[in-house]
Amino acid sequence: MDFQLTDEHRLIQATAREFATKDILPRAAALDQAGTFPAEIIQRAAALGFLGISVPEQYGGAGIDAIGNVIIQEELARASAGVQTIVTVNNALVCDPILRFGTDLQRQGYLPALVSGKSLGCYCLTEPSSGSDAMSLQSTARLDGESWILNGTKSFVTSGVEADICIVYARTGTEPGARGISAFIVEKRFPGISVGKVEKKLGIKCSSTAEIALTDCRVPRGNVLGNLNQGGRIALATLDGGRIGIAAQAIGIARAALEESLAYAAARRQFGQPIAEFQAIQWSLADMATRIDAARLLTYRAAYVRQQGVRYTREAAMAKLLASETAMWAAHKGVQIHGGYGYIQDYPVERYFRDAKITEIYEGTSEVQRLVIARQVLEAALGSAR
Amino acid sequence: MNIVVCVKQVPDTEAPIRIRPDGGGIEESGLNLIVNYYDEHATEAGLRLRERFGGTVTLLGVQPERAKEALRTGLAMGADEAILVWDPALVGADHLSVARVLAATIRTLPHDVVICGKLSTDDNAGIVGAALAEYLDLPQATAIAKLEVDSTGSSAVVHREVEGGVEVLGIRLPAVLTVERNLNEPRYPSLPGIMKAKRKEIKVMTLAALGLNPEEIKQASARTRMVKLAAPPKRKAGRMVEGDADGAVAALIAFLKDEAKVL
Repeated sequence: MDFQLTDEHRLIQATAREFATKDILPRAAALDQAGTFPAEIIQRAAALGFLGISVPEQYGGAGIDAIGNVIIQEELARASAGVQTIVTVNNALVCDPILRFGTDLQRQGYLPALVSGKSLGCYCLTEPSSGSDAMSLQSTARLDGESWILNGTKSFVTSGVEADICIVYARTGTEPGARGISAFIVEKRFPGISVGKVEKKLGIKCSSTAEIALTDCRVPRGNVLGNLNQGGRIALATLDGGRIGIAAQAIGIARAALEESLAYAAARRQFGQPIAEFQAIQWSLADMATRIDAARLLTYRAAYVRQQGVRYTREAAMAKLLASETAMWAAHKGVQIHGGYGYIQDYPVERYFRDAKITEIYEGTSEVQRLVIARQVLEAALGSAR
Repeated sequence: MNIVVCVKQVPDTEAPIRIRPDGGGIEESGLNLIVNYYDEHATEAGLRLRERFGGTVTLLGVQPERAKEALRTGLAMGADEAILVWDPALVGADHLSVARVLAATIRTLPHDVVICGKLSTDDNAGIVGAALAEYLDLPQATAIAKLEVDSTGSSAVVHREVEGGVEVLGIRLPAVLTVERNLNEPRYPSLPGIMKAKRKEIKVMTLAALGLNPEEIKQASARTRMVKLAAPPKRKAGRMVEGDADGAVAALIAFLKDEAKVL
């Protein structure tokens, strides 16, 4: 057992923190207000290697381990959850599955562009009528000569407006549920794919969330990702990694709420003393700090288990569940500590409060995380006897 | 162009510093250590020269093993090699001794230019760079805010910010340059750079390997000796001016006239 970060992890942390503090944080409030895509920040992030954190050097990436990735995601999210969403989706939901399930040709064809910022990735799983029940998706793909023809509508696609490389799930078999699904790498320049409605959101406003329409979209036969009809497995395995990224995002938001609350509580005077002297405020600060540490330790553990090359579904779900509920709770406490000032946009806790909510929803709601965890612990306890 | 950059690890300037009860130094336990800011600018200057002229950037430190982390930061920024010189005899060595050790090391390396920060933020002496130039018998320009090297890499024009103006100097290379913070904007280490730096070996050398006699370097031979380190006196609490605007303005003017005597 060793709770120390390695020298490399500390250097990674210092670098991510410096970049996030100098290049992202000063613009975070304005990006939230304008709701515009942070193109310049994403290009700078790409130049420093943040878009291909765990991609091996041979494809232009940094080749950093899962714990290093968690450290980076927390630092980026502490500055701007919206910017971090764009980064973690490109890493965990697009680069990762191409790396794990793609052919050599697909890796060489897509990863260097996704890593360098020449391209940006998005993940198209959710549909208007399949959210938590993702495996009931209805988009279809049929083979026509050397092409697959895709039809359907994908919703809530992060970076859907700006991304040009999409991981798309569609039904290729007649079997219901996960078995008949395949994954495809679809480029925006292919005919028949278009951006539909762009959503207006509560938080993470600088990342776009859009509908992607597939109308007889023609995809080369070689762009199936992984084995045909194995897309369900790919989707779930990819989400395990994605959940670690969201857990780290949630910790970043919660930490930002705590940091702002500490500074405010020390500076704000009422009844002749800083409000940090009042026990009611201290208890909130203590609970925030404790829950953040607990969530971070669970998230580091999930990353550690992933690094061991074994299944980490349970650990990732636990980390995401605790971290996201901690983010919402800490942001709520942060606003309360700030009182009236917490409710207005001059103080950043108002933004953290709005940003935190999404972490309890996307890449599996808290309810879905509990389902996943329950299934895992029951199976471990009762085995196949159930 | 072969460039040597001297790098020092210093306490984080934003972290609180605790002085040891005996006044002989600062508490090092739990201290967050960073690369001296000025040395980051020196490293950046070196990397830019290499980008223009080719060659190598070698980082050099004279500090205990822990300073490897600072050298690794410079390697992650893109430097080619790093050397750390350490020897038990260096405990308590003064600035001139450190400059002698740097000079002895640099003499073993090809060097067209040697770049240092103008000072280190821990003890703020600003001696090492200048002394190093003397020991190496090279021309020097200190605290430069602008650097223009000619196309052949044989001379440079540097700007020094002096009281009320800018001093423009011409200098032959090889030379020792010490740099100001406004010379450039240091790059961040990139993530692939960090991973590449992890695989690079930092060469560790002792005084004996450099042909230096520890007796001449150690504290007893130092020309200066720290007598005592003390915390600055505590600042007195400020006085709040109470009352409504009219009353407060009157009270403030009275204070400035009668007590502070600045009006």
